[in-house]
Amino acid sequence: MIEIQDLSINLGTFQLNSLSLKVEPGEFFMVVGPSGAGKTILLEAIAGLRPLVQGKITVAGRDITDLPPEKRNVALVYQDYALFPHMSVLHNIEWGLNFVDKPDKKRVNELIGLFRLESLLARSPETLSGGEQQRVSLARALAVKPTLLLLDEPLSALDPSFREELSDYLAEINKAGMTIIMVTHDFGEVLSLGNRVAVITDGTLQQTDDVRTVFKEPANRRVAEFVGMKNLIECDICSNRASVVDYSAIIEIKDGRPERKALLGIRPEDILVSKTCPLSKLNTFRGKAVSLIPRGMVFDVTVQTESRLRLTANVLSSDLVSKNIRAGEECWINFDPESVHIF
Amino acid sequence: MHRSSRESIFMLLMGSFLVIYILWPLVGLFVRADWDLVVSSARDREVTGAIWRSIWTAAVSTGIIAFFGTPLAYFLARKDFRGKAFLEAIIDVPIMIPHTVAGIAVLMAFSPKAPLGSLLVKIGLSPVNSHLGIILACMFVSIPFYVDAVRDGFYGVSPRVEKAARTLGASFPQVFFRISLPLARKGIVSGLIMSWARGVSEFGAVVMMAYHPMVAPTLIYDRFATFGLKYSTPVAVQLIIVCLGMFLVLRLVSAGKRREDMNND
Repeated sequence: MIEIQDLSINLGTFQLNSLSLKVEPGEFFMVVGPSGAGKTILLEAIAGLRPLVQGKITVAGRDITDLPPEKRNVALVYQDYALFPHMSVLHNIEWGLNFVDKPDKKRVNELIGLFRLESLLARSPETLSGGEQQRVSLARALAVKPTLLLLDEPLSALDPSFREELSDYLAEINKAGMTIIMVTHDFGEVLSLGNRVAVITDGTLQQTDDVRTVFKEPANRRVAEFVGMKNLIECDICSNRASVVDYSAIIEIKDGRPERKALLGIRPEDILVSKTCPLSKLNTFRGKAVSLIPRGMVFDVTVQTESRLRLTANVLSSDLVSKNIRAGEECWINFDPESVHIF
Repeated sequence: MHRSSRESIFMLLMGSFLVIYILWPLVGLFVRADWDLVVSSARDREVTGAIWRSIWTAAVSTGIIAFFGTPLAYFLARKDFRGKAFLEAIIDVPIMIPHTVAGIAVLMAFSPKAPLGSLLVKIGLSPVNSHLGIILACMFVSIPFYVDAVRDGFYGVSPRVEKAARTLGASFPQVFFRISLPLARKGIVSGLIMSWARGVSEFGAVVMMAYHPMVAPTLIYDRFATFGLKYSTPVAVQLIIVCLGMFLVLRLVSAGKRREDMNND
């Protein structure tokens, strides 16, 4: 197990504050957060590349807090690959073997096969595509048989096709038993690859939990915003109703709750938009579509209700056409009480 | 004519003024030199001895600068700290002050009456009018040329490459010698050439520390002052031929390497 206790780093202009995490052996653990949240610094601290103000890091019961990077057996793969440009692909992959007691050439050959690098071995890293360079970087890291593999946004610099290919490789490596901590700012990658996730913003850990729990039940507004919950509204809760502050709208919520002020959130994909009044009267509002913004295959449709609520829904382009929803025209929105998240 | 071609020609014409400004006096030196005297002075042991002395004392001073300057350049490239700009300014001071002033400063620091100079005398070394004096003067004026070039070379090496290497099991010295130094080689080669060339051509600082034994620039001045332009020119021509020869070889080697790197991009 990898255990990080009360880890703090001070870089003058940036601080990582009292961060604690536990990662189980064989787990694919994700660390997410916006740019500048301190994700890469956390990885570098685990690898021994950043001095700690305080904290303790143990890997498989061994305290590695004061060990230099080369003694930790923790490999780090960067977003920009960090290959050695003055060496061939093969020399890059084999380089770490110079520093291990029992170099395992067989392992190198297995990795070359796994990442399909046979035809690239004599090439200079600078002549390779991004996907190829990332495969070489992974093979180089795994050649030294690390206890823990740290990945710093390994997919973000790649084309979509390479991204899918590399995701498969990462899943395969993890399936083979490698414990992975991967940093990303894309929650889609978290959903497709991770077991558990830690959300960090501004150097502070906001939530650590199972990926689906964080997605469905974000702990606070910052996490909610990060996992794509767009419709965040201040409200007063009373039993199973939420009255939206300053507006006359009442939103039905699941389960009865004690009276309190709260923040509610509704995912855009959980809101239905229609041209005619839906059959269900629960959480159904009439309004006007004020904007239609294309986002790939879906549109962000923002609707201003008669009660002045402003909610954004995701609508498939095909539905937008078939339902004849246009900006400036009347429409209805509807969502299930189950879709309303209370913070 | 294509617009970009016109722009290139304009830039070339503007820049050619400076290229001509460099070449004109040098070509004139060769054209107007008495080649019989050049050939006969090539057999003059005082001339060949002075040129060789310039070459090897500059090489020794460059070696010492490289030994101490490479870690300094790495430190400057990798660390940000309060007073860094001040430290960099100190390193560049020898570029800004007149070289005769630099010579006087080095002489005052290493004269037998000064603490450092007396220490050298005590251990049997003579810092004035000696090869050591030439090396000390060359070092003073060459340091910024080496440190600045190598620091820029290290700036070009991604710290992430070094960090990734550490996580693969290599210690700091192993990463420094196997990764950082080879990747900064362009800056290092450039720094070595510039530092050596500065040392070979140094007159002002050297003449303060050691008029004798004479290096080539001192001999050129001595011949000019004693016999006139006609007898100093052959030594100057020979020094230019030797230095340009070595300079061109080193530049071609590094340019060849650079072309190889570009082809790999």
